[in-house]
Amino acid sequence: MKIELSKALQQDIFKQMEGTFPNEGGGFLLGSKSGDTVSIVDVIQIENTFETEEQYHRYAMSPKNWADMEDTADDRGLTLVGYYHSHPDSPAIPSEYDRVHALPNFVYIISSVMSGKAVEMLVWLLRDDRSAFDAQELVVQP
Amino acid sequence: MASIRIPTPLRVYTGDEAKVSVSGGTVGEALNDLVNQYPDLQQHLFQNDKLRSFVNVFIDDEDIRFMDGTDTEIDDDANLRIIPSIAGGR
Repeated sequence: MKIELSKALQQDIFKQMEGTFPNEGGGFLLGSKSGDTVSIVDVIQIENTFETEEQYHRYAMSPKNWADMEDTADDRGLTLVGYYHSHPDSPAIPSEYDRVHALPNFVYIISSVMSGKAVEMLVWLLRDDRSAFDAQELVVQP
Repeated sequence: MASIRIPTPLRVYTGDEAKVSVSGGTVGEALNDLVNQYPDLQQHLFQNDKLRSFVNVFIDDEDIRFMDGTDTEIDDDANLRIIPSIAGGR
C-alpha cells in the first residue's frame, strides 16, 4: 500500500512529537482511500491518556476520542484512515505492545524522536492474521 | 432488531457496512450474532472468547464495562457501537 502525506503534515507530526518528548505523543490521520493508495489530508493531535508516569513508553487515546474523530471524519466526508505516535529514543519500528493493540486496515505512522529531535518516520500495516506489521511505502509530497 | 456500529478499519469485514443489524437479548448474544454473520471479525474482537482489552462496546453513550459487561440486557432497538481504544508504545 502507498501512503501519501504532504511535507507540511509530516513536519506537523514531527513538531508535535518533538513537543511531547520525552513522552510519547500521537493523534489521528484523516484522509481517503482509493485502491491501493491512502491519501492523508489532516492530522489531529490527541492528548496522551496513559498514566503520566508511563507516558515515556506508552501512548493511549480514550474511546471517546475515537468516537468523536470517527464522527468528525463522517461530517467532513473523510475517513479515519489511521493513527500516528512517537517512539522516544527508540526506532520507528512497531513493538509487541503496538501489535497486540492494533487493528488491520489502519495506517500506523511511527516517528522516532531521538534526544528530542524527530529523525525518522515509518509507516506500517497490521497483517490480517494479526501476526506482524509490514512496512508500507510512504510518499512525502512537496 | 438492535444494531451495532462497526469501527472504520473493520468495515472491510462487513462488506463496507457501517451498521449491522443483530439479534439477541444481551450484548454478548448480539456480538455472537455479529461474528456469526461476519466470521472474519472474530479474531479482531475476541481473544480466548473474551473481548480484546482494547475493544470497547457502548450502548448509546454507556460503556458496557460499567454496566453488566456482555451480560448487559439490550432492547430490540438498542444502538450498540464498537469503539477501539488506540494504544501504542515503544
